[in-house]
Amino acid sequence: MPNATYILLIPLLPLAGFLLLGLFGRKYFKNTSGLIATCLLLISAALALYTAYGYFFEYGKVDGIYKQLIPLQIHWLEFSPGVSINMGIVLDPISVMMLVVVTFVSLMVHIYSLGYMKGDERFPTYYAFLGLFTFSMLGLVVSSNIFQIYIFWELVGVSSFLLIGYYYDKPSAVAACKKAFIVTRFADVGFLIGILILSFYTGTLDFNTLIQKLTNAGSPELQHAMAASFLGVSALTWGLVLVFIGGAGKSAMFPLHIWLPDAMEGPTPVSALIHAATMVVAGVFLVARLFPVFAISAPQALNLVGYVGAFSAFIAAIIACTQTDIKRVLAFSTMSQIGFMMFALGVSGTGGENGLGYTASMFHLFTHAMFKALLFLGAGAVIHFIHSNDMKDMGGLRKYLPITHISFLIACLAIAGVPPFAGFFSKEEILLAAYRHNMAIYYVALVTSGLTAFYMFRLYFSIFWNKEANIHEPHHGEGGFAMMLPLVLLAVGAAGAGFIPFGKFVSSDGAALESEFHLQFSIAPVVLGLIGIFTAMWLYKKQNDKPDRIAAALSGLYKAAYHKFYIDELYIFITKKIIFNLIGRPAAWFDKNVVDGMVNLTGNTTTAISERIKGLQSGKVQQYAMYFMAGVIGIAVLFIYIWK
Amino acid sequence: MNEYLTIMKSELVLTAILFLLLFVKLGSRWKNESTLLMIQLLLLLNFLSGFFFNQNGSLFGGMFHTSALIVFQKNILSLAVYLISLLFADWLKKHEHLTEFFILMLSALLGMFFLLSSGNLLMFFLSLELATIPVAAMANFDLDKKISSESAMKMILSSAFSSGILLFGISLIYGATGTISFAELPALLNGSPLQILAFVFLFTAFAFKLSIVPFHFWTADVYEGAPMATTAFLSVVSKGSVAFIFISTLYTVFKPMDAIWYNMLMILSIATMIMGNLFALRQQSIKRFLAFSSIAQVGFILVGISSNSPEGLSSVIYFVLIYVFSNLAAFGVAAVISSRTGKERIDDYKGLYQTNPFLCWVMALALFSLAGIPPTAGFFGKLFLLTAGASRANYLFIGIAALNMIVSLYYYLRVIRSMFMEKNETPIGKIKPDMSTTLGLIICSAGVVLVGLLSWIYDYIVKLV
Repeated sequence: MPNATYILLIPLLPLAGFLLLGLFGRKYFKNTSGLIATCLLLISAALALYTAYGYFFEYGKVDGIYKQLIPLQIHWLEFSPGVSINMGIVLDPISVMMLVVVTFVSLMVHIYSLGYMKGDERFPTYYAFLGLFTFSMLGLVVSSNIFQIYIFWELVGVSSFLLIGYYYDKPSAVAACKKAFIVTRFADVGFLIGILILSFYTGTLDFNTLIQKLTNAGSPELQHAMAASFLGVSALTWGLVLVFIGGAGKSAMFPLHIWLPDAMEGPTPVSALIHAATMVVAGVFLVARLFPVFAISAPQALNLVGYVGAFSAFIAAIIACTQTDIKRVLAFSTMSQIGFMMFALGVSGTGGENGLGYTASMFHLFTHAMFKALLFLGAGAVIHFIHSNDMKDMGGLRKYLPITHISFLIACLAIAGVPPFAGFFSKEEILLAAYRHNMAIYYVALVTSGLTAFYMFRLYFSIFWNKEANIHEPHHGEGGFAMMLPLVLLAVGAAGAGFIPFGKFVSSDGAALESEFHLQFSIAPVVLGLIGIFTAMWLYKKQNDKPDRIAAALSGLYKAAYHKFYIDELYIFITKKIIFNLIGRPAAWFDKNVVDGMVNLTGNTTTAISERIKGLQSGKVQQYAMYFMAGVIGIAVLFIYIWK
Repeated sequence: MNEYLTIMKSELVLTAILFLLLFVKLGSRWKNESTLLMIQLLLLLNFLSGFFFNQNGSLFGGMFHTSALIVFQKNILSLAVYLISLLFADWLKKHEHLTEFFILMLSALLGMFFLLSSGNLLMFFLSLELATIPVAAMANFDLDKKISSESAMKMILSSAFSSGILLFGISLIYGATGTISFAELPALLNGSPLQILAFVFLFTAFAFKLSIVPFHFWTADVYEGAPMATTAFLSVVSKGSVAFIFISTLYTVFKPMDAIWYNMLMILSIATMIMGNLFALRQQSIKRFLAFSSIAQVGFILVGISSNSPEGLSSVIYFVLIYVFSNLAAFGVAAVISSRTGKERIDDYKGLYQTNPFLCWVMALALFSLAGIPPTAGFFGKLFLLTAGASRANYLFIGIAALNMIVSLYYYLRVIRSMFMEKNETPIGKIKPDMSTTLGLIICSAGVVLVGLLSWIYDYIVKLV
């Protein structure tokens, strides 16, 4: 059994950084705060690696199976005799892997930001927020209890709100952080109700007991939860679907993805941290955490996960082909890749070969963290150099940004699934799992991976090739050592992570899963990927009018995709028009202020209605007495005559 | 004799302090600062004395009774009054009638103590009046402001109206059952229309004190006109005490009518949460904003009460404790700013973070707690209320409550955004709160953080219940 103290230090060090820099940073560590935070995180990352080494190679394996270890469990609160809340640390393959991923990517972002955010007047605040976020995310992945995960889940939401809205003098950033927060909060209501349902039927909040009770076919709790039904679906399935809605909100699955593109208003390294490797995969992690329950007791819920994942992957890939803001392309590509992870879970079963999808999903999470963080940081370097997010302002940058160019190329090859880069291996496993379980999803995934290659190389060629760079004076170089080091390290990860025999460490039942390699099977996706790459090269390597002509030929589809299939507009349409007309003005007032007003902060049309209810609050005591009496009579009549 | 001393200990201590203050007022020529310091110490002693020499029992033929749970509730109220004496020191020190203010406030507190211990409708009525009338005088304490007198006037008229209806209800109960004793009533309640009518009258008296929609109209006007200290007292101590007696009356005396009051609570709770939120969304004055937000908070308390289970009782007490810290912290910050600069509009708070980071953090903590965002205590409070309410398996009701939590998030964030994110050319200048205010704010912030994290507090309440 490992020593709990140093594992506890992994999340607590970033928290200490947050407290120190948040309270005293502005006064005492104006310039050194970045270094302090980075050093703390370096220790954290080293401890996480040490834990991972210990877990995977020393004490984690018992009789060839990775066991779940709970080095720390505090009995924290007893809500009612049956239900108590514990706080603990869980070590199992996925939580240990996430510890490594989160601390590593966060460390890269910390280092990178030393260069990227240099000279920002709120430098200490920025690092304080990063620390808070890292702490929350680490707390989330080691949670032993569904309630604990919810607390950290919300904390992650709060800290990402702070980070997205970091440039608070930009109205779009303020709107974006609110949108992200509110959309995910709506999803979290689903999560919370899901937790309440699951705990109501099992009488526990502990993951272990919960999974045990809900996967053992003979247990009374399971039969009870299966027997109770609502709208023809069992309570258990409802509970899991609601939990999945919470996960879908954080992981930007369709149709709760609308916050993700807007969230790109935050500083670019923040996007690399939050929107590539950590927060957005929380939903995948949550489903993986409860995976045995999904797979054994509620296959319908798992199917839903699969279809939502596949659809999100596909639609996001199409939208990504048309965006011109490079960070938005990456945002949609993230959504698409998380869709891959989700449907990989959706097509998985448990135990042995059946659990291939589970392993593949976690593997893809791991490799995706590397290459997507690299892409975002590379995009950051480009934006830092050119001071614009728009592809149209870029082109020919390979001469000016050689290191960024090479690392970006590696990341693009990785995400496109070209062997032998990391993405190839994980994507192959996902496709294989889909091929074995659900052909429909397999074909969608195949097309999507071709599209992925296309839009990534469209991005790559537009930034680094295409027209000649229009740089009048070489004002500054590529960015300092601090910005280049993470790029290089991540590029090594993106190139080599695929060779890790992942199935040996992470599998649905803890036993090693030998991943076989089928040459014939990989031909189709690789060929499709190469077609995507060459199409992108043909269209975008040199400046020409082909892309515009194609866009014109497909104008309807192109326009629809460019506007993200009008999903934002659809939300606004549903909220503004349909609800307004059907449910009427009071609802529209609520709607305008809550759904839309939260984003826009405008309330002109509401003034008329609010003036009317303001009239109720007239300040006249006689009137108040009248309302009072009316209330008394109304309640008396209601309960004596009508509602007995 | 000894029995009287221990069972009525809280009331006796408070009465002794009241007399002492009367003598101080008559005799001394102390400066306000020293008087206030003495009062603060006395109130601290009063709070601490609540933990010793307690005895359960009843007196005067069941008119007065007490138990460990009631003593704990009284302690929460004493703590709140002590915090008020700390937080509003700035305003109090400048006031020439400082001692009278506390005499009135402690009289009201004494009324609440008797209210919590009452075992009979007559006692209940008398102590409710004692708990209300001094507060109306307190509302008039900004002597040079017309709006303050107006608010006192409105309060006394409205509560006279509500008392009339309450008294009517009590007579009807007596007419229908022949008793006014809490112990004998449950056996005699059978749900006849007359009893329901009487119960509705009684219920509205509670609803009035708790500002439940549609009996809430007085709240905003009185809160806005009254001095901040009175507003804080009304919204925290008054509400807390009435919530305590409300829940214990419903759970014991009116238990047989459970099916009826569950539906009443549900309707009124939904109306209260929605109306409170809708009004709070639009307020510009920080006092009106807090008034409406406290109306919405009461809606959540009703969700917990509706469960009619031990969890309901413990979660309501827990929530009130948290609410004391969070709301007083918010009022405390607003009071310092108002007393120093006279500014009470949310727009005036723009850019406050640049000049007063400490006040901003306290305010932000308080508002996060009121909005129910983890890991502040308010999150746990709301969560337990909802979980308790969910035990009735009425998920639509709980769903509406959960949605209202999100709406409230919006306007709490609005204030935080003003303070932290918006630029202002002429922000409020640097304010250095005095010692006792700072102490009060620190206690409140610690409470907001710790009451949630220290699990033994909730465990302790569960044991009492």
